[in-house]
Amino acid sequence: MYTTELEKQRMASAQEDPEKLAEFDARVAADDFIEPKDWMPEAYRKTLIRQISQHAHSEIVGMLPEGNWITRAPSLRRKAVLLAKVQDEGGHGLYLYCAAETLGTSRDEMVEALHSGRAKYSTIFNYPTLTWADIGAIGWLVDGAAIMNQVPLQRTSYGPYARAMVRICKEESFHQRQGFEIMMTLANGTAEQKRMAQDALNRWWWPSLMMFGPPDDNSPNSAQSMRWRIKRETNDEIRQRFVDATVPQAEALGLTVPDADLKWNEAKGGYDFGAIDWEEFYAVVRGEGPVAKERMKARTKAWEDGAWVREAALAHAAKRAQRMAAE
Amino acid sequence: MQPINERALKLGDDSLILGQRLSEWCGHAPMLEVDLALANIALDLIGQATLFLGRAGDPDALAFRRDVLDFRNCLLVEQPNGDFAQTVARLFLFSNWQELMLRDLCSSDEFGDIARKSVKEVAYHARYASEWVVRLGDGTDESRGRMIAGLDWMWRFTPELFEGDAAPLRGEWDARIDAVLGDAGLDRPKDSRPILGGRKGHHSEHLGHLLTEMQFLQRAYPGATW
Ligand SMILES: [Fe+2]
Ligand SMILES: [Fe+2]
Repeated sequence: MYTTELEKQRMASAQEDPEKLAEFDARVAADDFIEPKDWMPEAYRKTLIRQISQHAHSEIVGMLPEGNWITRAPSLRRKAVLLAKVQDEGGHGLYLYCAAETLGTSRDEMVEALHSGRAKYSTIFNYPTLTWADIGAIGWLVDGAAIMNQVPLQRTSYGPYARAMVRICKEESFHQRQGFEIMMTLANGTAEQKRMAQDALNRWWWPSLMMFGPPDDNSPNSAQSMRWRIKRETNDEIRQRFVDATVPQAEALGLTVPDADLKWNEAKGGYDFGAIDWEEFYAVVRGEGPVAKERMKARTKAWEDGAWVREAALAHAAKRAQRMAAE
Repeated sequence: MQPINERALKLGDDSLILGQRLSEWCGHAPMLEVDLALANIALDLIGQATLFLGRAGDPDALAFRRDVLDFRNCLLVEQPNGDFAQTVARLFLFSNWQELMLRDLCSSDEFGDIARKSVKEVAYHARYASEWVVRLGDGTDESRGRMIAGLDWMWRFTPELFEGDAAPLRGEWDARIDAVLGDAGLDRPKDSRPILGGRKGHHSEHLGHLLTEMQFLQRAYPGATW
């Protein structure tokens, strides 16, 4: 899949006006923001649409695993905080769909691509939330990983995307702290709560490391995306930073990271960690994650069940406009 | 007038149970904008519940460790979400009542502070629901049919709102409801024998299931802090 996509990009850029292309490349290299009305190579536009819509879909599908616990949150404060958090994620999806729309696609098209399986979303949301501790683990690890991925994107070359990221990053840090606080409460709680917390870490640790994408030597789009400043650091660099930041947090919680090979490496000033099961990652990318079918079924059901509502809203707006015109 | 505890429970339970119901939509609404709006309304309601229940005791103990017979919410708010039209019908009928009720409560000694904060939120809920009643009533044949069915499902439970102290609100509520239904091109549903009992703890079958889900963790791990 990656290679064919890359071939298409090469073919597209081969047909671009070389003068415009050179000017564009110079602007990007100078860290200028590209705005919707500016000229841009078709391949840049396509790559951005893919990346931003994939990001938007991740926010929306990501509402499901946590939404699964809103009605069962254990206190009124936790319920309110979780509801607000999941609502934030929906808001992120909305800004990102709007950012993608500035590139000439529509929300309906993007949603259709998601439901038909052509568009992807983050692999992490294909894992189930089994206990309340999973809500803590997701905030701590998944939002934590999202921050690592997204902070560099605040300086990404496409203006609307970069600005969406600034807003989103502020909220993600709040989510991360909130998740960590849930973990802290559980880790300091009863034996049953501690068990829940450790089990959640065991299940979410490796999928969280996979969130940064394939290893650099198998990430063919990376080089072009780095040149375009759509990406600002490699997958492995960000992954390393996440591990280095998160391991001490696990220690502070008194929880054990499920990796026998995890060891501080004085020379590199970071942790060495065990091999990631990339076969699992690629299977989940293909749509074979544990609850992938459930996630897509929930999204398509909401969309199909809501069709009559969207039609009614349009019909009413049209009738109203007609009545106003007649007056 | 009823003792403060009993009144706090009525106010808090109405908000809590409707907030819980609306939060069931989160991630599953007909469009993203509706998802965000319903979550917002649910958040307001959970916030109100926390404040009102706080006047009767420990809000978490009250929310998570009472059984059906001790809940004092009206039957309307515990009704299932059904389709979006049914959810809109419930919010429309309830919020229009709740806004009037809170408005009158603003000058009360016991609850004035909470009412003054909440009444603004609820005015928005009522407006939001009313707009959807008009959109669905005036939209397509299908949406109109669903809106009629949703209102029909909920209508039986509205007389309970006007029991006791709340009786004087009836006229103003009727006028508001009729105005919106008029804009939506819908008839007022036919009155039938009122279904009552929520304020005395005699609820519908639905509440027990709602509580089972909401109270699961507190029941499964007694004494734990979350
Ligand atoms: Fe997000
Ligand atoms: Fe988040």
